[in-house]
Amino acid sequence: MPDRVTEPSDPRPLAAGVSAGASAGASAAPAVEFNDVQIAYGKFIAVHNFSLSIEKGSFVTLLGPSGCGKTTLLRAVAGLVGISSGQIAIGGRRIDDVPIYKRNIGLVFQNYALFPHKTVFDNVAFGLKYHNVPKADIAPRVARALEMVRLAGSERKLPSQLSGGQQQRIALARAIVFEPEVLLLDEPLSALDANMREEMRVEIKKIQKQTGITAIFVTHDQEEALSMSDRIVVMSAGKAEQIGSPTDVYDRPATTFVADFLGKANLLAATVKDRDAGGVSVTLSTGQTVRVATDRQVAAGDKVSVVVRPQKLAVGSELPNRLSGRVLSTSYLGSRIIYEIDLGQGSIIRANVAVVTEPVREGETIEVGFDPADCVLL
Amino acid sequence: MATRPADIRPTRGWRLYDPRLAWLLLAPATLLIVCFLILPILVMAVYTFFTFITAGVEQSTPTLANWHEFLTDPYYHGFLFKTLRVGVVTSLICGVVGYFPAYFIWSTEFKHKWLLLLLLIVPFWISFTIRTFSWIHILGEEGLINVALLRLGLIDQPLQMLYTEGAVIMGMVHFLLPYMILNVYVSLENIDRTLISAARSMGCTNAQAFREVTLPLSLPGLAAGLLLCFVLAAGSYVTPQILGSGRDALFGNLIYDTIMGQLNWPMGATLSIVLFLVLGSVAALYTRYMGMSQIVKGLGG
Repeated sequence: MPDRVTEPSDPRPLAAGVSAGASAGASAAPAVEFNDVQIAYGKFIAVHNFSLSIEKGSFVTLLGPSGCGKTTLLRAVAGLVGISSGQIAIGGRRIDDVPIYKRNIGLVFQNYALFPHKTVFDNVAFGLKYHNVPKADIAPRVARALEMVRLAGSERKLPSQLSGGQQQRIALARAIVFEPEVLLLDEPLSALDANMREEMRVEIKKIQKQTGITAIFVTHDQEEALSMSDRIVVMSAGKAEQIGSPTDVYDRPATTFVADFLGKANLLAATVKDRDAGGVSVTLSTGQTVRVATDRQVAAGDKVSVVVRPQKLAVGSELPNRLSGRVLSTSYLGSRIIYEIDLGQGSIIRANVAVVTEPVREGETIEVGFDPADCVLL
Repeated sequence: MATRPADIRPTRGWRLYDPRLAWLLLAPATLLIVCFLILPILVMAVYTFFTFITAGVEQSTPTLANWHEFLTDPYYHGFLFKTLRVGVVTSLICGVVGYFPAYFIWSTEFKHKWLLLLLLIVPFWISFTIRTFSWIHILGEEGLINVALLRLGLIDQPLQMLYTEGAVIMGMVHFLLPYMILNVYVSLENIDRTLISAARSMGCTNAQAFREVTLPLSLPGLAAGLLLCFVLAAGSYVTPQILGSGRDALFGNLIYDTIMGQLNWPMGATLSIVLFLVLGSVAALYTRYMGMSQIVKGLGG
C-alpha cells in the first residue's frame, strides 16, 4: 500500500516515471492515470496491477471479452467500485478516495439511465444544478448540449417518448454538459440496433473531437474499438494484454489472445528453423516451412506461433509462403469467399479471399499463400 | 385475389387464437363476478328504495325516504366523516412508518433478503381476529402497559387506552403495515440502480440522490399503499368492533347495527351503497391519476 496523505481532496501529484504506455512528450499531467491499480472482490481479483496513462483529449478504449475487468476499471474511475491498491489520478489529482460526487466525471451507461420522471431538459440540467452553475446559465448550456447531439427542441419530452438512439444521445448530452474532465462510456452502443450503432459511433467520436474531452470507452466490440479509438487497451482476465493504436493492435498483435480476439486471426504453431537478415524460417506443425519477416530475436528450435489474418491469404498465388489442405467448407459471399481449410494435424485455418476463379468445392484440395510481411511471429 | 395458405384455413369454423376462444375462457370468471358481485350490489341498490315498515319488515313500494334520511341526518354524516378521518390517519401513519422498513429491505446487502420479506408475511399466519384481540392484553385496564405503569407508580388510575379511536387506529396500522411495506418495496425494487449511480456521478450526495431519484420513483408504490390502506381501514368492521367496542364504531359497524340490530334492511342497504360509492370514487380517482397496475404489482410482490 502506498503512503496515504491526509486530505482526500488535496491535489496530490503521482510520482513521476510510472506512465506505462504513455505517449512521450505530453507536457501537462495526463488526463487520467492508473498506477498499479488492483481491484479485488473478496478473493477474486478483477483487475491485476493495471497501469496506464491517458493523454488529455484522447479517446482510449478498454476492449476485451466480458469478465475481463474493463467495466470494473471504468467503474473505479467513476468511483462506483473501490480499488484495493494502487492509485488513480484525474488531471494529476489523486481521486481514488474522493467520493463519487466530488469527482468531475461524465458517465454514459449501456442502458442510458435517463431519469424517467424528469423531462429531457431536467435530465440534461441535472449535472449543472449540482455543479453550482448559476440559474441563468443553465438553459443556454442545456440548449447548446442538445444542439450538439442534434436533439434541439426536445426539452419538454420525457425519455419514454424518445427512441433508444435518441435516449442515448440525451444521455451523452447530460454527461458532457457540465464539462467534466473525463467522459466515461460503458458499452453505450450495445443496447442499440445495428444501424443506430454505426450512426452513434460516428456521432460520439465527432462530439468527443469537438469538445476535446478525454474519453474512456468500454466495449467488447472490436469494430467499435478500431474505428473510434486513438488508443486501445486489449484486456483479458484482469490484465492489459496490449496497449497501442488501432493499427498496432490489429497488425502487430503482441499476444495470441490479441490476435485471436481482434479479427479471429489464424494461429499456426511452429518451430524456428533458422534466421537470416530478412527474417525467420519456421517449420509449421504440419511440416510445411514458411518465412516470416520479423525483427524478433529467436533462436533455432524455439516454439513460436505464426499469425496470419484470413484476408491476407490468397488462392493459388505466386506468394512465397504456401499452405495446402482440404477445403472443409466454402462460404460464397459474392465478392469474397471464406474457406475453412484443414492443413492436417488438426490445424484448421480460415481464408477470406477475393473471388477470381470458380470457388473450390468442399473436399477438394486448395493451395493458399501469403507474404512473409503479412504475418506476425509470436 | 390472393389465395389463403392452407395452414391458416379455418378448421370447423374455429381458428387458432380465435377471439371467440378468449370469451369462452373468460366466461367462468365473468359469470362468477356478475352473479356474486355485480348482481348482489344491484339488488342492494334496489333495496335502498324499499319502504321500511318495522324491524324485519319492509315493502317494495318505491320511496326516497332512506336516501332522504341519510342525506339530512347529521348522525350519519358524523359516522362517515369519522370513518374517512380514521382511514386517512391510518393510511398516513402506515405510509410514514412503512416506508423505512421497505427502504431498509431494499437497500440492505444482507444475503438472505427473502427472509426479511418472509418476516413481513409471518403475521398473516395468525388469524387476524386473534391478532386484534391481543391488543386487549396490551392496552386494557389490566393490560401490560397499565399494570407496568401502576407498579412503577407512575400512575394511580389505569389509563383509558382500549376502546378509543387511538386503539382502533393502532390495531389497523398493525394489520395494514405489511401491505404498505410490500407496496413500497416493490416500487423501490423496480428502480434501476444505475439511475442512482448516474445521479451520484453528476454531483449528488447520497441524500440528494434519494430526494431526486429514489423518492420520486417510489411514490407510485407509496400511493398504491396509501389507497389500499385507506380503503381497507375505512371499510373495516372487525377492528373497531373489538378495539372500539361500539364507543368508537366506524361506518362498517353502523351498517352491521342497522341490519342486524335494528333489522332495518332498506337503511342498511342505503348505508352500504354509500360506503361503496365513497370508497369506489377514491379508488377511481387514484386509478385516474396513478393507474391500478401498481397495486396489482404490490400485491403480487
